[in-house]
Parts: sequence; structure tokens; C-alpha cells
Amino acid sequence: MVEIDARGRSCPEPVIMAKRALKENEEIDVLVDNRASLENVQRYGRAMKKQVSAKEEGTGWRIEIRR
Amino acid sequence: MADDMERTGLTSLVRSSGCNAKLPPGDLHRVLSELPPFHSEALIAGYESADDAFVYDLGDGRVLIETVDFFPPMVDDPFLFGEIAAANALSDIYAMGAEPSVALSIACFPSCLDLDVLKSIMLGARSKTDEAGCAIAGGHTISDREPKFGLAVTAVYDKDKVWTNGGAISGDSIILTKRLGVGVLMTASKGGECPEDAYDDAVSSMRTLNRHARNTAMRYSVHAATDVTGFSLLGHSAEMAEASGCTIEIDSSFLPVHRSAYDLAAFGFLPEGRYTNEDYIGSKVSFSEGFDQTLKDLMFSPETSGGLLLSMPKDDAENYVRSMEGNAWIIGRVIDRASLPVAVIM
Repeated sequence: MVEIDARGRSCPEPVIMAKRALKENEEIDVLVDNRASLENVQRYGRAMKKQVSAKEEGTGWRIEIRR
Repeated sequence: MADDMERTGLTSLVRSSGCNAKLPPGDLHRVLSELPPFHSEALIAGYESADDAFVYDLGDGRVLIETVDFFPPMVDDPFLFGEIAAANALSDIYAMGAEPSVALSIACFPSCLDLDVLKSIMLGARSKTDEAGCAIAGGHTISDREPKFGLAVTAVYDKDKVWTNGGAISGDSIILTKRLGVGVLMTASKGGECPEDAYDDAVSSMRTLNRHARNTAMRYSVHAATDVTGFSLLGHSAEMAEASGCTIEIDSSFLPVHRSAYDLAAFGFLPEGRYTNEDYIGSKVSFSEGFDQTLKDLMFSPETSGGLLLSMPKDDAENYVRSMEGNAWIIGRVIDRASLPVAVIM
């Protein structure tokens, strides 16, 4: 699984990172550590018609974007 | 040198921009509420009333109205940034129904940047204060890693003509004088994802003074007024509804939204303030069942240099919107206080 580490980044950067990664991969995980990124990356995934889920991991979240 | 700056990008120097840079409203409220209360007979409106500016009674039928607003750049062009920062700061005076008389500039500027950039910012601000008929009488500049600019603006005005956010009455129509979505478009722009035409619309909207909107409204009966900035359409509506003891019902099908803003919001280009705003005022707003998530996102998103939000009798509102020729929209109405201050319907 391709894992994108967007921890420490503020919006819109995590969304842009997810977008780039999804151009080359159908499924990715995105690690985020703030609420705006958690919400925004999930919105991006859903707008791209993907299955999206998120779970807490460490001090942040892992967002799983699946086809 | 200003050209070099444009290539590097003023916005590349800052983490958050425009009214998105406001401290989360809940945090600020907690600090302010813990300060010892201050009372002055002459202070008609202060931070307790959550209005756009303070109003100080001069005792001779006139009041002093004063406000301060500054933020980091949301555009790369320094002149445009100066224009937007000035239009945004002056707006608080227009939202009180007054006209700005004199201003002081507040600037933070990185010592490593060419001073021509600072000059361009100040010239941009000056072009807007000139348009407003307001003098910049001085200011204060400090060295800082991130550039920031704004104005403290003063007006002297007739006490009985001041608009507050507390006079809306049941039966009024609610008017908005600029489109929503600037915060979303600037967030997308920071990621290089904002289409050029939408970016130009947003910039043009932000640098437009609320002067014409205020001057035109002077011909009608304005019961309450504020402007829509960092606390979002819903936040400022809630403040008006609470100050007026009524409920504001917003019909989202009438909301004017900048082109591309809806789509970009759906793709998650939402400023951080969208979430902190909901933390603070979410409990004051009800949405009709199955309400569209993206519209909700837009309505909670901070705006920079947004439009006036006016409460007027229905007939006046219709005439006002007609005289504003496509630059004002009736977006809702005032009803008797319901369970929550703001009700949004589809």
C-alpha cells in the first residue's frame, strides 16, 4: 500500500499530496495529524468516488482510500 | 523587485492567510471572557456585543467608531494585498453604517524582503483609502518572519444613525452583498488548484469596498447590519440573531456563490477555519434534514473582505436589491426566536 505522510502539513497541502498519489495509484493511505486535513482529504477521496475510511493512529489519523 | 516577489509569491511566506488566519473563535472567546469586565457609560458597543467595531459616545450627539483588522497575504501581488487588507478593514466601518475618516496602518514585514514590496502593499492600501475618502495618518511597522498588513480605522458619526447587529425584527428580509466562496477559492489557490477566472472573481470581490453597498442602503430602512468575514456567513448571522433576539432563516437556494467555489469545496479545499467555526457556532445553527454537505461547508467557511449582511423590511429589501443591480441578494428572512438563532433550509 502506498502511504502518504502528510503529518505536519497544513491545508491544502495534504489534499494536493493525496491528489498526486491517486494519479498513480488506485488505493492509498494518507497519514494526517490535524482535523482540517482529516476532513478535507476524506472529502477529496469521496469526490473522486472512492471508498474512504479513517481511524486514529498515534497522535493523528490514517485515512484509507480504496477503489 | 515587486516582480521578483510576485514570482516567489507573498503567500509562500505564510501558513494561513486572510481572515482564515483568525484565532479559533472559541479560543478567543475563552480568553476574553476570563478578563476582568470593563464598564464605561460612554461605550455603547464593545466586544461584549460582538459587533464589528466599538462605538464610543462623544456626548454631543456624535459617536466615535473604531475597528482594527490585519492579516497575512492571500494573494501574491503586494499591491492587491494592500487593496484587499484595506477594503477588509474599512468594511467594519461601513457595516456600522458610517464612513471612515482616518486610519492607521499596521504592518509586519520580513527584514529580508525588498522594501519596495512593503511600499507596494502601502500604495495598494492607499488607493482604497483614497477611494473611501479616508486618510492614512500614520502607522506602525515591525519586523516579522511573516508579512501581515491591515488598518485601524476611525469614524465620527451621528449617534442615532449608527447601524448595529442588534435591530433585526421578525418579518425583515436578510440581504448579502457579496458572493460566498472567497475563503475556499483562496485555499484552492494556495494549492495551485483555483481556475484563473474564479481567482480573478474572488480578488475583484475582495478588493471591492462595501462603500457602495452601504451608501445605497442609506436610502432604505436598515434594522441591523454586519459584514461577513472570518466567522463565516453562519457565524455572523448567529451574532446578528442573538443580538436581535430573533432567528434568522437562511434559504440556501438563494445563496450567491462564486463560480468553481462549490466544486472546490466538494473536493476538500476548505480552510481550517471552516472547522473551528463549526466548533464555535455549530450548536446555534439548525439545518433541514438531508442538507447538502458542501453547501454547509461553504456557509461555515471564513470569508475575507466579504459583503454586508443587512436586515431590512421586506419592501425596502426588494428595492435595495433592485438598486444594487446584481450585487445584492435576499438570502433569507427574520422570524420569531425559534429553538436556535439560525435555521438553514434548502
